[in-house]
Amino acid sequence: MQKRLILGPQLLDLTINRLCQQLIENHGDFSDSVILGLQPKGIYLAENIQKRLESYVGQSVPLGYIDPTFHRDDFRRRDVPVTPNATKVPFLVEDKKVVLIDDVLFTGRTVRAAMDAMIAFGRPRKVELLTLINRKYSRDIPVEPNYIGKNVNTIENQRILVELVEQGFKKNTIWLINKEEN
Amino acid sequence: MQELSQKHLLGIKDLTADDIHLIFETADSFKEVINRPIKKVPSLRDITIANVFFENSTRTKLSFELAEKRLSADIINFSSSNSSVKKGETLLDTVNNILAMKVDMVVMRHASPGAPHFLSKHIDANIVNAGDGTHEHPTQALLDTFSIREKLGDVQGKKVLIVGDILHSRVALSNIFALQKLGAEVKVCGPKTLLPKYIETLGVQVELDLKKALNWCDVANVLRIQLERQQIKYFPSLREYSLFYGVNKALLDGLDKEIVVMHPGPINRGVELNSDVADSDHAIILDQVENGVAIRMAVLYLLAGKGAG
Repeated sequence: MQKRLILGPQLLDLTINRLCQQLIENHGDFSDSVILGLQPKGIYLAENIQKRLESYVGQSVPLGYIDPTFHRDDFRRRDVPVTPNATKVPFLVEDKKVVLIDDVLFTGRTVRAAMDAMIAFGRPRKVELLTLINRKYSRDIPVEPNYIGKNVNTIENQRILVELVEQGFKKNTIWLINKEEN
Repeated sequence: MQELSQKHLLGIKDLTADDIHLIFETADSFKEVINRPIKKVPSLRDITIANVFFENSTRTKLSFELAEKRLSADIINFSSSNSSVKKGETLLDTVNNILAMKVDMVVMRHASPGAPHFLSKHIDANIVNAGDGTHEHPTQALLDTFSIREKLGDVQGKKVLIVGDILHSRVALSNIFALQKLGAEVKVCGPKTLLPKYIETLGVQVELDLKKALNWCDVANVLRIQLERQQIKYFPSLREYSLFYGVNKALLDGLDKEIVVMHPGPINRGVELNSDVADSDHAIILDQVENGVAIRMAVLYLLAGKGAG
């Protein structure tokens, strides 16, 4: 299994900071906006971004976790059902500007399911998507991110591995992995 | 990613502890779903479920129906009282006719123990046992143990007492299996005539004195006296039963500790459980009902994920 570093701790820190600045450009002090991390991995990035945003804008930024599992379109088409994670949205998204946050954007199906799940909490005024890694040319459905940490060209048997301190890793890094051919 | 070891839910006896934990974890997520403003997810939108009830039921049937609707499944309901069963159709014929209409899952209640097991050998659809005679009622035991876990944090190491009509109770048997698989200690209490003769072989203790038994336990699951299943008299009168085995506030106040009181419903108020307990903070009876929907959603979701065939 080959492993190649895409973003190291320093560059990743700069990237997330840049994403936060871009968010603030569009959302101001977040009094009218909320952020939603996608389970299971997007929530760590969302927590990281929430902390940074709060220190920039000087007030609390509402954060929720959304689990797309029950809204997936591949249930019963997989060998094993996906184990659900917690959805925790302690506010209504009605008339809010929502930023969905995930670590890697691949086929777009998870994001579609997450948007479906989000509708249960109201009708947002606007929905945007932030992703740390955008895997280009791999979309199954027309979903495109508004904020991109880094574009990466990948082929199908490659995988992106995001390791954040919030997940319990020693430092923030992102790797590109070549899956072994069977 | 985990999956159930079984294709059907026929009884708790067939499940592993891992299966039960998986059902609990999935039910945690569904409990959050049913407390949302919009209480529905589209997971089972391509599934059709038949609720086949050969025996009366209010709670279980409603609970299953609600769980199915919350998962967006299509459902058909069947009850034997207004069907061709009255005209002499066999169980297998009835169910095969329902399945010919392309049904993916069958939720069945039947008065004969083993009826769902029989069915599982003959048809492809996933089967959920919603109670078979005096044998098992697996979803009830799952929601009971789930409620204990919710109230006390864990089932492992807890002392659970089952009071009342153990002999005729499918809830008791399923509960004993579930509690033991999860590492709880189980004791049963009731008049000797209502305790099965060889109950100790299941590894449960027997106590005839209700007060002593209540002092021992963390949780008391009080069962209904199933008069409809009793062809002979097992005790002299309901009044006498209530005096010896009815759980009331005075009895609970006299204990050294606070215990949790459960009841699978429907309650015979004033017989096995007094209103001053049933409506008190000790009782988690309505939590059990709420958890029932979440547990049934989890079971249906996980079985549907296994697929038929």
